[in-house]
Amino acid sequence: MATQQTRALGRILVAPSVALLFLWMIVPLVMTIYFSTLRYQLLNPGTEQFIGAQNYIYFLTDPAFIKSLSNTLLLVGSVLAITVVIGVLLALLLDQVFVGRSLVRLMVIAPFFVMPTVSALVWKNLLMHPVSGVFAWVATSLGFTPIDWFALLPMLSIILIVAWQWLPFATLILLTALQSLDNDTKEAAEMDGTRPLPYFFYIVLAHLARPITVVVLIQTIFLLTVFAEIFVTTGGGPGLATTNLAFLIYAQALLQYDVGGASAGGIVAVVLANIVAFFLVRLIGKHLDT
Amino acid sequence: MARRVSIARAATITVVAWMVGFVIFFPILWMVLTSFKTELEAFSMPPKFLRFHWTLENYAIVQQRSDYIAHVWNSIAISFGSVSLSMLIAIPAAWAMAFAPTERTRGTLLWMLSTKMMPSVGVLVPIYLIYRDLGLLDTRLGLIALLCLADLPIVIWMLYTYFKEIPMGILEASRMDGIGPVREVVFVLAPIALPGIASTILLNVILAWNEAFWTLNLTTSKAAPLTAFIASYSSPEGLFWAKLSAASTLAIAPILVLGWLSQRQLVRGLTFGAVK
Repeated sequence: MATQQTRALGRILVAPSVALLFLWMIVPLVMTIYFSTLRYQLLNPGTEQFIGAQNYIYFLTDPAFIKSLSNTLLLVGSVLAITVVIGVLLALLLDQVFVGRSLVRLMVIAPFFVMPTVSALVWKNLLMHPVSGVFAWVATSLGFTPIDWFALLPMLSIILIVAWQWLPFATLILLTALQSLDNDTKEAAEMDGTRPLPYFFYIVLAHLARPITVVVLIQTIFLLTVFAEIFVTTGGGPGLATTNLAFLIYAQALLQYDVGGASAGGIVAVVLANIVAFFLVRLIGKHLDT
Repeated sequence: MARRVSIARAATITVVAWMVGFVIFFPILWMVLTSFKTELEAFSMPPKFLRFHWTLENYAIVQQRSDYIAHVWNSIAISFGSVSLSMLIAIPAAWAMAFAPTERTRGTLLWMLSTKMMPSVGVLVPIYLIYRDLGLLDTRLGLIALLCLADLPIVIWMLYTYFKEIPMGILEASRMDGIGPVREVVFVLAPIALPGIASTILLNVILAWNEAFWTLNLTTSKAAPLTAFIASYSSPEGLFWAKLSAASTLAIAPILVLGWLSQRQLVRGLTFGAVK
């Protein structure tokens, strides 16, 4: 009946979104691939020259790339480990009944809404400053020597800041999932006299397996390209100590004006992200009923 | 006996939970406190927690900076502008996919999602060059267009999952009653769809307000929103902590309130419906 008409209308309504997203994805991506085959210095326009895979060879064999890749993996891995482990514990805690639960919940999720430049600068200056930061005061009060966080442990400092920002996300998702663990299961476990530890491992963690996967995949996508936190605190340094892939590409493009090299790096980043995205899209697709 | 144990347990959980909440919230609390100190006291050692000379001078100074208000307006224009634009494009699309799905809808949705997975840094170079050539660097319009496209997949997905929950029975019932298509949209569909649309706007305004890759790379001064304004405090000016705190507090306060209101939608929006 009306289906033919509805379908035609549907196509017209969906078309603008598809067209725009297609342009937004394809045009820059094709340009990046094209630039990555050129010797192209932003400061010497008109001297572009086709050099095949040389940018890739240069970029992939650059010690800075190896360093930035290992920094990226270290950052992603550490933040994932911290946020998932503490996130599970926090979700279990917030799932309990206690006085002022909704207020505590608000406090726990607050960091997620703080813009990255603010959290990075507040942590760097107000908390981690070696002389006047709160951490220095805590260390001194407990009889330790304060640490100059960003000079001695720059990568750990960045990891702590980013983990603080993403902890609420993991907690909130795991808490939501935990609340859907139905009472029947809980009661059955209680009736069977399940001890706390087996209960946690066989029932809670089993129930959380899928939400944890979702958290890991989504966070990985975002964590692969952490930028602002590094930009405002260390500028990738000291040396290359906190340069991740995103920051290396940025520096190559907008500080060294090497369009070709930065583009090759960009493609490497796209390939890495796509490996993760492949699994994420499959997982989400599995639970999508149209 | 059992009762006493459970009271003790409840008390312990309450205390532990409040301590954990306090620790996690502390950086924000400390920033707000610092914003009310003089620069000297902001720097003092040992730190002063509550017994300091409370002052509003930092807020006054930040407000007086002629460019501050401009940055606030840029943030508002960019976040609301980009989200409104994506809503205009996304509502019809999500509507069509939810109510008139075809065999290609599923594939289209997943493909849209995959565009969101593309790391921004992979397309930084071409976007920068295109913007330079079109004169869009450091313009609000440029950022609105860019963030609109970057947000579009999340916006469509959120709307889709909300629209999908509208029961078709209501539509059929109202059609049986013989109301026309215009009245159907105005009186039946809009009231049901509005909460979902509002939540989508809310979450995406928050994300756009805090976006700090494109805003840092594509603006310098004129169109710079608050993310970039705060970043300008990163130069080593150690004696301006109180002012940094005041500016930061102003920059995050409205979004923190919106964020607290939208915590449910956050889960749904950011997991693309995989966790509800």
